[in-house]
Amino acid sequence: MDSNNCANCPALHNVNNLVKLGVDMSEFDYVIALAGNPNTGKSTVFNSLTGLRQHTGNWPGKTVARAEGGFIYNEKHFKIVDLPGTYSLLSTSTDEEIARDFILFGQPDVTVIVVDATRLERNLNLTLQIMEITNRVIICLNLMDEAKRHKINIDHRLLSKKLGVPVIPASARQGEGINELLKSIYDVVVGNYICKPYRVSGEIKYVSKAVDELVYQITTLYPEIPNARWIALRLLEGDQSVIDAVISGDIGSLTTRNYQIENSGVQ
Amino acid sequence: MKEYIKSSEAIIETANANRWEIGENLHDYIIESLYKDAADIASKVISTDNTKKKFDIDSFIDKVVTSRWTGFPIMFLILAIVFWLTITGANYPSGLLSDLLVDTIHPFLKSGAGNIGLPWWLIGVLIDGAYLAVAWVVSVMLPPMAIFFPMFTILEDFGYLPRVAFNMDNIYRRVGAHGKQALTMSMGFGCNAAGIISTRIIDSPRERLIAIITNNFSLCNGRWPTQILIATIFIGNIFPSEFSGLASAGAVVSIALLGILFSLVVSWGLTKTILKGEASTFSLELPPYRPPRILQTLYTSLIDRTLFVLWRAVVFALPAGILIWLVANVQISEISIGQYFIDWINPYALFFGLNGVIILAYIIAIPANEIVIPTILMLTVLSAQLMGIGSGAGVMFELDNVSDIAQVLQAGGWTTLTGINLMLFSLLHNPCSTTIYTIYKETGSIKWTIVSTILPIIMGLLICLIAAQIWGLF
Repeated sequence: MDSNNCANCPALHNVNNLVKLGVDMSEFDYVIALAGNPNTGKSTVFNSLTGLRQHTGNWPGKTVARAEGGFIYNEKHFKIVDLPGTYSLLSTSTDEEIARDFILFGQPDVTVIVVDATRLERNLNLTLQIMEITNRVIICLNLMDEAKRHKINIDHRLLSKKLGVPVIPASARQGEGINELLKSIYDVVVGNYICKPYRVSGEIKYVSKAVDELVYQITTLYPEIPNARWIALRLLEGDQSVIDAVISGDIGSLTTRNYQIENSGVQ
Repeated sequence: MKEYIKSSEAIIETANANRWEIGENLHDYIIESLYKDAADIASKVISTDNTKKKFDIDSFIDKVVTSRWTGFPIMFLILAIVFWLTITGANYPSGLLSDLLVDTIHPFLKSGAGNIGLPWWLIGVLIDGAYLAVAWVVSVMLPPMAIFFPMFTILEDFGYLPRVAFNMDNIYRRVGAHGKQALTMSMGFGCNAAGIISTRIIDSPRERLIAIITNNFSLCNGRWPTQILIATIFIGNIFPSEFSGLASAGAVVSIALLGILFSLVVSWGLTKTILKGEASTFSLELPPYRPPRILQTLYTSLIDRTLFVLWRAVVFALPAGILIWLVANVQISEISIGQYFIDWINPYALFFGLNGVIILAYIIAIPANEIVIPTILMLTVLSAQLMGIGSGAGVMFELDNVSDIAQVLQAGGWTTLTGINLMLFSLLHNPCSTTIYTIYKETGSIKWTIVSTILPIIMGLLICLIAAQIWGLF
């Protein structure tokens, strides 16, 4: 049926939807999405991972469409999709929609968020939003060399503990941290590392009733859905593409295998 | 199945019912709690050395290059230096390449083809048409591109381009367009099709359309070599030789700036007429300055830009060369069809300060701006019947350097006005077919595709007409 027949490779991605989103999935075991704010070095990380020489520029908004590449690590074939750089997933511009829809509907096996270490707070806004949609996230804390130059120290172990996902310090321009990133990607996709992502705490009192009601309804319909609260909030906001996905049933069909993964991964 | 639909409908109903009670502030609350959490986490993991740096080089450079007083002069100066280096550096290697490809290999191929007994028309189509067009594209375009693109890429890598956008942002907002249009405009300086795809960063459909329609006013890769060559011949030569490089560079910068001016004026016109509305705000992040990685920059600009553009030019030059040869050699009662067209359109073209050759060249070159210059040269030889220089109708001739090209054009009846108007028309004409197709794909509208295609042609003819009239006064 699809590629996750063997017990060791619990691929989670939704093949049908990835094909619908235009990704050629033949001959790949896993799909990685690369997300992040503009100009954090996503394309540089992409090139380091794939050995491709996609043009990089010191230039926010260089990648507007998706770029794709592939690499082999530990005999597994990885497909990597470079998403447009965005500051959030909440507004409605085309580039943000491309990024969000890919993570939501394509269900990549892991989403690597490239984070600018010199602008951590602003970059965390996007990070927290992505972690609402998907569980399997790795933070690539890039531009550590620049942070050092600006005398900014980041306790990446504490950050990893707070966020509940791996945090890999890197300086992609110098090629530092790429091997560690590869290993971490492998660990997450095969289930050696189980992410327990931080979820935004701010419960707004007067919507919590509505949210609870919706979450109950959504999880009754799709018991295995990992991001019911996020969907509930989008529905309350009137987000048309999420409303459409609920009506068409796409929301449910895409998330069924998350549940298996989270459990089967623990060995 | 029925129950399933019922359930998802129930979810939507619950959401709809609650949405009215909650009101419009939910979105703001969600963003607020998100920002609060991000700030909390960040403050716990970040520590900074309190030893304050005495001097922050980044913000010092930013103060200078984005200052109200020095920002624009520095921008013009940098552009002028880049073009000056390109113009003075490209002449010699261009001559070498054309020596090799046109003077040496072409006769060799031709006699070789004759020896193995190919028919004359096949030799014409393949060697005088296809091969020569490609040889021309390579020798005219490769040297300036190999100098210009690495310099441009180094500026990009260093982080200067967003500062240009920063300088321009305020002006764009004042004309009612989106500030990010300054970014998409800068992308257009590389390739208009890429610039148009990059307008996806603009949220509002109205402002995005304005950015798409006006992107063509950014001189693209394919047009820089035309500008540089024509400026060298017609502007540089007016001045004493020690200033000619500087004068030609100044002329190219003026055309580029004129393009920016047109993009502002047209944006303003659109927001006042068919695309009315308020400008929306956004925040532009200035990236830190990064020391450019020279070797890698050279490599990527060579692969991604120079060879990519050259390859595209070659791909389009091949069939265009064949077409030009056919146009020049298919004859009806002893006169070639190309000549018929040129003679017919020439009076009208002269009225606009152009000529029939330029018009025909722009029609043949719709697929790619890159082949305009070679096409013009081939057609000029054909129409001026410069048999002494060329070796047959519609065959490209043997030119060693820029001054030989100048001789051919002057023999073809070109004046300084023709040169200036060609530069203007190169700035203001229809986008290439790739860009037109991209506009259609991005807007999904035939109407806006036609507007974006026709508008610049009308403006170009109008501006050329005005230039011709002013020229006539002197």
